[in-house]
Amino acid sequence: MRLKYLAALALTALVGSSVVLFAKAPAGGGSITGKVTYTGTPPKMKPIDMSKEPSCAKQHATPVMTQNVTTGPGNSLQWVVVYISAGEEGSTATSQPVRYDQKGCEYLPHVLPMEVGQQLMIYNDDQTSHNIHPLAKVNSEWNKSQPPGSPAIDTKWEKAEFIPVKCNIHPWMHGYFVVLKTPHYSVTGDDGSFDLKGLPAGKYTVTAWQEQYGTQSQDVTIAGNESKAINFVFKAMPY
Amino acid sequence: MISSKFVAAFALGSIALLSVGAGVSRAQSHVDTPDPSLGTPSVNTEESHIGNLTGHALEGKHLYRRYCIGCHGPAGDGNGMNAQWIDPKPRDFTEATFKCRSTPTGTLPTDQDLYNAITRGFVTTNMPSWRPLTEQQRADLVAFVKTWSPRWAKEKPGDVLVIPAETPVTIESILHGRELFQKLECWKCHGPAGHGDGPSAGTLTDSKDNPIRPYNFSTGTRFMCGETNQDLYRIFMTGLDGSPMPSFHDTLQGNDPWDLVHFLRTLQVSLPSKENDLWRSYVASHGKDIKPIGPDAANGGQ
Repeated sequence: MRLKYLAALALTALVGSSVVLFAKAPAGGGSITGKVTYTGTPPKMKPIDMSKEPSCAKQHATPVMTQNVTTGPGNSLQWVVVYISAGEEGSTATSQPVRYDQKGCEYLPHVLPMEVGQQLMIYNDDQTSHNIHPLAKVNSEWNKSQPPGSPAIDTKWEKAEFIPVKCNIHPWMHGYFVVLKTPHYSVTGDDGSFDLKGLPAGKYTVTAWQEQYGTQSQDVTIAGNESKAINFVFKAMPY
Repeated sequence: MISSKFVAAFALGSIALLSVGAGVSRAQSHVDTPDPSLGTPSVNTEESHIGNLTGHALEGKHLYRRYCIGCHGPAGDGNGMNAQWIDPKPRDFTEATFKCRSTPTGTLPTDQDLYNAITRGFVTTNMPSWRPLTEQQRADLVAFVKTWSPRWAKEKPGDVLVIPAETPVTIESILHGRELFQKLECWKCHGPAGHGDGPSAGTLTDSKDNPIRPYNFSTGTRFMCGETNQDLYRIFMTGLDGSPMPSFHDTLQGNDPWDLVHFLRTLQVSLPSKENDLWRSYVASHGKDIKPIGPDAANGGQ
């Protein structure tokens, strides 16, 4: 069992990158790019008080902010998952694992997209125990303790779902597993931009999901190696 | 798309669907996946098997209507007439998430687990013991409860936790259990002395966002899922799904779980036990060497 974990660790170390934007080699030359922005007034993100967990508090020079509506310059929205929700041929799940870290009493990344059936490795990089508690409804909910120095939790999700993740010990820790049926997804960065690459010609539905504002979709047709630009605008509410 | 699905579901016209409205806001977070069917359960084929008993859902349905519906509701979702007055809330059977299991976290419990829960009741909650019902009736109820979620048709219960023979109660075992209580940070919720008053205790919520308290060992009341050392072992190894209590199965090795059991018993200061006797005599002779549990011990670089 130990060996398996070691092998998994080594594999993950090889893969390296912590956020896998494109889980699969391009299958076509088309792409859909754009930006996610908001209108209206988003809620103010609040500084998180980690004083109850000194080993984490001291890792942050400035307080970590809540992330449920993370905005950037030019009304951009970060942590929006943009993905192909319809129009694709069936695809096989990516064999490469995705990585989720608990570090400084934060979830890194805050929103982690992955494919149905894709290997998910969860690490505790902190000097404190966490309990990782994905509040799944469509999949089955579970809740595991992960003390410092524990091996990674090696798991996967069977069905597509947006799964909130929390740590009951550190109630400020919130994140999402976004389990999708497609390898074509992108998470917006602080400039709100996304980029769906490697799309064969076809008619697609593109969906953008934001944890507080839900989903919206657009239909896009791609011919040949065309690159199409579309934008999403969420209506922000201050609460 | 989802709303039209719900409209269609309403058109089925079952009273079992009365509570669907409450689920709509959550349902938008699902990715084009069929929602669990909340329709009238198909009760014809469902059975439960507990030892030599075979329970039948059709029989259980009548019993449910008489004994359970008031709290667990006509839709099995825990929204019965009495639910608003009850804390902790009645179990929502449509989610098929159960606290007291002999199976790993995230898996379905066994029929025996559900039968035990009905039989035992949940001390400190409004769920009474149903020993007054016959064993057959309780088995029938288990079969019926399993009709509320489609998971029962698609999945099998997880593998039952194998509990090895209990190790001897020694002071070494208790001391090691105490180290684990510190290291695994049980005290963050249960408190340094097990009073249920750890730094995170006040923030705890169950999976439906209702506030929930960690167990206070000093009361000496029975545990949620039983009262024996085996029950205690099982509770922290499988976790109480739907609550903040996680599974420690992947963390505790060898004799660790028994050591933790032996230490936890010493927190039940009001209960006479061999663990308490041993611990008290140790404290009397070695009291000065005992480091307090809590954040100071953690920072002291254990």
